[in-house]
Amino acid sequence: MHLRKPSITEWLITLPSLIWLFILFLIPTLIVFAIAFKPPDPWGGIGSGWTLDTLRSLANPNYPPIVYRTIGLSIGTTVICLSLALPTGYAIARAPAKWRRILLLLIVIPFWTSFLIRIFAWKVLLHPDGHLKQFLVFLRLADEQSMLLYRPEAVLLVMVYTLLPFAVLPLYAASEKFDFRLLEAARDLGATPWRAFREVFIPGVRRGLLTAVLMVFIPALGSYIIPDLVGGPRSEMVGNKIAQRTFVDRNLPHASALSAGLTLAVMAPMLVVLMLQGRRRDALET
Amino acid sequence: MKRSRIPLFTTIAVLVFFYLPIFVLILHSFNASRFSGSWEGFSLHWYMRLFTEREIWHALRNTLIVAASTTVVSVILGTTAAFALHRYSGRLQRGHYTLIYTPLVVPDILMGMSLLLFFVAIGMSLGLFTIFLAHTSFCVSYVAMVVLARLQDFDFSVIEAARDLGANWWTAAWRVLLPLLAPGIAAGGLLAFTLSIDDFVITFFVTGPGATTLPIQIYSMIKHGAPPLINALSTILLLVTFIIIWLVQQLSESGRKDEHV
Repeated sequence: MHLRKPSITEWLITLPSLIWLFILFLIPTLIVFAIAFKPPDPWGGIGSGWTLDTLRSLANPNYPPIVYRTIGLSIGTTVICLSLALPTGYAIARAPAKWRRILLLLIVIPFWTSFLIRIFAWKVLLHPDGHLKQFLVFLRLADEQSMLLYRPEAVLLVMVYTLLPFAVLPLYAASEKFDFRLLEAARDLGATPWRAFREVFIPGVRRGLLTAVLMVFIPALGSYIIPDLVGGPRSEMVGNKIAQRTFVDRNLPHASALSAGLTLAVMAPMLVVLMLQGRRRDALET
Repeated sequence: MKRSRIPLFTTIAVLVFFYLPIFVLILHSFNASRFSGSWEGFSLHWYMRLFTEREIWHALRNTLIVAASTTVVSVILGTTAAFALHRYSGRLQRGHYTLIYTPLVVPDILMGMSLLLFFVAIGMSLGLFTIFLAHTSFCVSYVAMVVLARLQDFDFSVIEAARDLGANWWTAAWRVLLPLLAPGIAAGGLLAFTLSIDDFVITFFVTGPGATTLPIQIYSMIKHGAPPLINALSTILLLVTFIIIWLVQQLSESGRKDEHV
């Protein structure tokens, strides 16, 4: 990297967004960590002085199962999303140009559609009097009493539903750049289709896989409305606890300590990717 | 060589999975029955009811005020950011890029929570203004990424041509680069608008008394049970999103004609 001082023009066009995000993104993120060391005040605000009590209160015996559930559901969502997105990304990249545009549009639409509405759509579909239940009863896969909503499986299903487009798009982008002749070469050399897919295609779209994992796993860890709307008391996640401490108990320092923990949990994978990308940018620039 | 059909079938299954719930939701918004289990004929009853709900009109007004101001500010900040990131490199831009990129991956609940704590800590009262500040903070990143992607496929020889013909860098940027980039900037703005009208989680954390937006209104309707009305309202919002995405696609194609040939 060459050393040079940024010019006035560079500062002029960098500062607006830099200052905005510094004040409204970086400082708030740091404040979360600071307020975790503050006591609550009786009016739902933040007390004065510093304390370790808030951190100690995280040793609540109710928390470990919620943390395990959050991690378990997020890993489950990531695995299912990747196993659906890999073949889908591959199929779209290999489709004829005219079809590719239509398929891509069909994937992009859910990507930009309101999360809340897409979750609500499942609430309608999984409703005890809804069509899916009637259909399952008709197939004798469920009986009149069985409940489709308000259970961890419903949360997993809807998490996959909302996050799947975030896995398909980076995998499509990576597949589009993949040289498919390599697969033909592998087949000519005697590999089975599955082996060619596993040993040639998957390593070839590695970077897309990495992005897809981040784009699914990180938001999954922070899920809150999905367990809130389609999960029951036994499907609560860390996000629900943060919201409950904020809006129900009005204990902002406690909510802050939980958020600080979640921030640390999502930062680790993010830093790894940023470092990889930074290295690539440097490599391109030198 | 015979190709496996598994990827094709997976894609079809994924698309059915994506669209089935949305289709059922839209269908039910025209159902005369109050209950989702039975179909009692086509009706626009629920749409008519929406017009008489004053709360919904109030929420729509708030949503549009926030979305319009968010779009304007985030387009300005995002576009200048993209120019800076594209034109310069070095430590400053590396930090800048990290600050732009990170909000894209941070879960909504953490952004909402941290902004709420920030506003409480500095004693700012919660309302439409705090919602606007929060929305702009995540929309800047999306606009910057969309415009940056366009700058990266941009043919800079036209700028050199303008410079050769005597324009200085700023004139060339203003008279040549900006008009050519306009579709990309417009696409970024439309995406910011959609993200703002659809956002629920962050808004929920930084909203104050009376500052109800449409997603907040929908959420309280879901919690208090008014399903047929939510179906109708959701269908309208879905339609708005579909139109915006279609516009964005049109804009993207006008900018890069050579890509899919």
